[in-house]
Order: sequence, then structure tokens, then C-alpha cells
Amino acid sequence: MTKIIELKNVNKWFDKFQVLKDIDLEVAPQEKIVICGPSGSGKSTLIRCINRLEEHQEGNIIVDGTELAENTKNIEKIRAEVGMVFQQFNLFPHLSILDNCSLAPIWVKKLPKKQAEEIAMSNLKRVQIDDQALKFPGQLSGGQQQRAAIARALCMEPKIMLFDEPTSALDPEMIKEVLDVMVDLAKGGMTMIVVTHEMGFAKEVADYMIFMDEGKIVERAKTKEFFENPKSERTKLFLSQIL
Amino acid sequence: MNLIAKPSKDNIKTYVPIGLFLVSLSFLDVFVNAFFNFNLMGFLPSQLSYFLPLILGYIGFYLIRIEFSGVRSLDILNKNINSNNFNALLTLFTIFIIIKSIPPMLDWFILEANFVGNSKDDCTGDGACWVFIKVWFNRFMYGLYPDAEQWRINTAFLILFAVVGVSFFVSEKLKKYFILFLVFVFPFLGIKLISGGSFGLEYVESAAWGGLSLTFIISAFAILFCFPIGVILALGRRSSLPAIKYISIGFIELWRGVPLITVLFMSAVMFPMFLPDGTFIDKLIRVLIAITLFEAAYMAEVVRGGLQALPKGQYEAAKSLGMGYWRMNALIILPQALKLVIPGIANTLLALVKDTPLIFVVGLMELAGMIGLAKTNPKWLGMAMEGYVFAGLVFWIICYAMSRYSQNLEKKLSTER
Repeated sequence: MTKIIELKNVNKWFDKFQVLKDIDLEVAPQEKIVICGPSGSGKSTLIRCINRLEEHQEGNIIVDGTELAENTKNIEKIRAEVGMVFQQFNLFPHLSILDNCSLAPIWVKKLPKKQAEEIAMSNLKRVQIDDQALKFPGQLSGGQQQRAAIARALCMEPKIMLFDEPTSALDPEMIKEVLDVMVDLAKGGMTMIVVTHEMGFAKEVADYMIFMDEGKIVERAKTKEFFENPKSERTKLFLSQIL
Repeated sequence: MNLIAKPSKDNIKTYVPIGLFLVSLSFLDVFVNAFFNFNLMGFLPSQLSYFLPLILGYIGFYLIRIEFSGVRSLDILNKNINSNNFNALLTLFTIFIIIKSIPPMLDWFILEANFVGNSKDDCTGDGACWVFIKVWFNRFMYGLYPDAEQWRINTAFLILFAVVGVSFFVSEKLKKYFILFLVFVFPFLGIKLISGGSFGLEYVESAAWGGLSLTFIISAFAILFCFPIGVILALGRRSSLPAIKYISIGFIELWRGVPLITVLFMSAVMFPMFLPDGTFIDKLIRVLIAITLFEAAYMAEVVRGGLQALPKGQYEAAKSLGMGYWRMNALIILPQALKLVIPGIANTLLALVKDTPLIFVVGLMELAGMIGLAKTNPKWLGMAMEGYVFAGLVFWIICYAMSRYSQNLEKKLSTER
């Protein structure tokens, strides 16, 4: 089966501190992967390397057949195919929710305005906030904002979705509404890489679990095996603390 | 015992009327003294009568200073201007000074001022000689522009005001074209109309331009051009490309570090010496370029402040949607950054308008310059005060209008709850 994302021997440093060490990772289309691990283990950095919000110094990252390197044109093309959802939502506060969603399709994919807004509305409906379309981000609750951010990413019709701790900045009662949207998305066949501490979500949707510590992938296993029979001591310790 | 008790809710019925009476009496004394030159308390020893309003007001304010009186207006008064003895004194002084200064100002500006006549000899009163402004008004507005051609300036400004006025009432879609016209077509159309030289219009050299119309022309052009240049410099200073970054920094620091008066002098006197023989750039254009670049350096730093205030997440979100550098800045970053720094932009533009009189160093005379010229006219010596009060008033009106506009813009663009 062809891989949609391939990371080979990736190393990355922040100044002298090595954040990623010899990362090898392959993701097939429609696979859902959940990355967990203690804070500072490099999980966010890893997925931010996949759409080159961070640059890696060694190794190869190949996304949908294109290698990420110093070539700007390719990077923008890749980013348009890889949706990303952030911990802090990062909606554009000066634009309405509808404009947040239709802006990139209009200006990056060059869709006509009407078509872009139709796509935006259908995605907002999918995350169930189509009734908030004309409001500004500051008028929405955290859970609604994060769902709008997911809709914004979906409007680019990406092949891959990256989630960087999407529920960590939310109140407990809002976490569920966001996770529901993500489960729905997973069932729709999207390729997803999710950094999260929500183990219930991981058990429900993940094909593979990845456990990272100190910049290394410590364990990569099928979800069931990962939770029932973790191999490394470090993983066992982490799971015992989090579950 | 009861009489000297601390003012409180219990004695509010007696203390407040007495207190208010004393305060009013003190104001009345100062008022009568200032406006009618009559001392109500003249029967008292002179030193006492001098300080009496202050003493009466002070006691009065003490008597009405009742905490939580239950009377709303009294509470508001006490909280704002009468919270303690020191504040009561400050209040009294301020009000006394205002009352005292009204009559002489009124006299100079209106009552004793002269409005009719055609020469300095018609100004017989002690107040201002507004005849000076009236006689020179045309020059203050148009400089040395020939009288017969002044309709061209009027037409240019009428078109401007008409287009701006109409643009407030048209739909968003049409508005776009109005703005494009104002920014890209009108400036050159207006300049052509005023300078002439074609379409059967007589050529008027820029040295003859002047007065308030020149203030507007220079301000408008400098604002129009310094803004985009400033934005580009601000982006350049934050660029990751070293060449662009250091050129921007160098440009900004060079222009910010030199006084405008020096820049103007160099543009008019030194710059032509470096030009090849036979080339000639109009003095006004050189001055315009100098002011524009000077203000652009300031604008760049204001805009950079806004750029730095934006969270990194906004850049990342824009990038993650596949936007390149220019789209990211044009659609996401600049709209937010510029909105944040509207007060700073307004500040810079106000300073720009008020800097225009400095063009006198190169022999161009806008409003203040024309006044400076008129007051040295042998027939009108000693009119500096009237002239500069007039200039101050006109500049204040322009700047206040700009300030209000920027505040409205801020409110309109606010998308916070």
C-alpha cells in the first residue's frame, strides 16, 4: 500500500537541544494515528514538521509524494493539502466565521466566492455551527471556535488532517462536542494524525498509537495492543499515570 | 456642639444648603469681580476680601462633603471634584481661573476686536484685528496662485469633497471603485488641474502655490504615499532575508535620525547638485518625496508595533491553509496589525500635517508660511498674534477632524464583543 506520509530518519534541533531523534514514520491513506507522550516529548514538533511549520535539519519528510525541502512553491501546495487544527484555535478574529472558512478556498484554491461560501456552509453544518456563520470568533464559545477551526481546515478539502492537542485549551464540557466532530471525521475516512491526551478518543478511532518520549518514538503499536499489552516500561508508566 | 459636628447624613438638611450657599457666594464674588470689575466684599479689609472666595468655597465644600449621602447628584459631585480638602481647593482654583480668564479672552476675540475695514488703520479697538485675516484671506487660502485661476483649485477640492461625500452613501461594491479613483486617479487629475500646462489651462509653477490649499496638497500626497511605503518597510524590517531586512533597518534609522528641516533643506538645495546637468525636478516634488520618505520611516515603526503584537498562531494558521507570504500578510496579518495601530497611525499623520509649515525653509509657503509672510508686510506689522491664532484654529480643526475620523474607524472595525 502506498504511503501518504513518510518520515525517514528525521532529526531536528532547537539551537543545541535535539527535539526529534531519528524519527521514522509511515502513514497510509485513511489511517488514523494518535500520538501521545509527556509534554516536551516532541509530539507537537513532529506534526508541525509534516506541514513544515517547523523545519527539520536531517532526514526526509515526504508528504503525498512531495519531499519537504527549501522549495517554497511545493510547501504551499503541500500545506493546502494538509489541514491543521491548533490548540489555541487560531481563528482570524477580524473575519466572520464564514469568511474564516471561505478565505483560503477563494484566495489559495481560486474558487469563485459563491462556491467557496457553499463549501464553507456545508462544512459548518457538518460541525453543527452553521447558525453561527455570520458571527465573529470572539462571540463564540471555545468549543464552537475549535469546531469552526476544524471546518476552516476542511474547507480546503485536505487529504490529511493534523490535530495539535485540539482539546487541551477547552473546558471539560466542551471537549466532547469537539471530539464528536473528530470521531465523525475519522469515520468519514480522513487520514488523521492527532496529538492528544484523550485516551478514550484514541481507543475509539486510532488505528495505530505512537508513544513519544524525549524526542524519540518509544513505541508504535496497534491501538488494542498498545493499551492492553504495552512493550516498553516507559509506556507502561505513562499509561498508568494517564488512565 | 451640634454646629461643628462632622458633616453626615444626620445633619444633611442643614449643612448642604449652607455649604451650597457658601460655594455659590464664592463663585458669585469671583464672577462679579471678573465681569463687572466690582468687589462684592469690598467692605472687608483688603487682604481678607482677596482670599474670601477661597475661604468661603473651602468651608462650603467641606460642609457638603457627606459620604454616602443617598443623594445621587451630591455623591457624584463629591466623588469627582470634592473627595478631600486638597481636591476641593484644586476645584476652586480651576473654576476661579476659568471665570477670571473668560472676560479678557472675550474682549480680545470678540468684544474689543475689529471686524470691518480694509487696512490696519481701521483697527482702533484694543482687541484682535480680524481685518488682517479678512484682507489676506485669499492669500492664506491660495498663496500666490493667480486670482483668475483659483477656480481650478476650488474645482479640484470640490470634486474631492463630492466624491468623498457621495462614497458614504453608495453600496460597498461601488465604494471600492470610488476608493480606487481617489487613490489612483484623482491625485494626478487634481495636480494636473492645478498645475495646468495642457488642455488649454495656463501653466502655474509650483512656487506660486501656497496657503491652506498647499497644506492640503502636501498632506494628502504625503499621507497617500508614506502609508504603503511604511507598511512595506515594516514588513521588510521583519523579513527573514538579510539583504531586505538590513536595507529596511538602514533606511528607517537614517530617516528617523535626521530632523525634517534638514531633510527638506537637502532635498531643495543639495539634491539638485547631484543631478546630471540639464535634469530638473520640480522643487515641490522634491519636497513631497522628502516628507513622504521621512514620514514613511515613522509609519514603518508604528506598523511594526502592530505586527509584533499579533500572536504567532495567526501566522501559523494562515500558513497552514496554504497561504504564501503576500497573501498571508495582505489577508490576515496586516488587516489585524493595522487595526491595532490606528491610534499610532493617526498620531503620525497628525504630526505630518503639523510638520508641513516647515517647508518654509525651501521657500514654499503653506498656511503658516503665508501668515509669516503677511505679518512682515510693512502695512500690517504687529499682526502676528491674529495670524497665528487663525493658523492654530485652522490646524486644530483639521487635526481634530482626523482624530475623530480615526476614532470612528477604530469603533467601526472593532470585532470584539
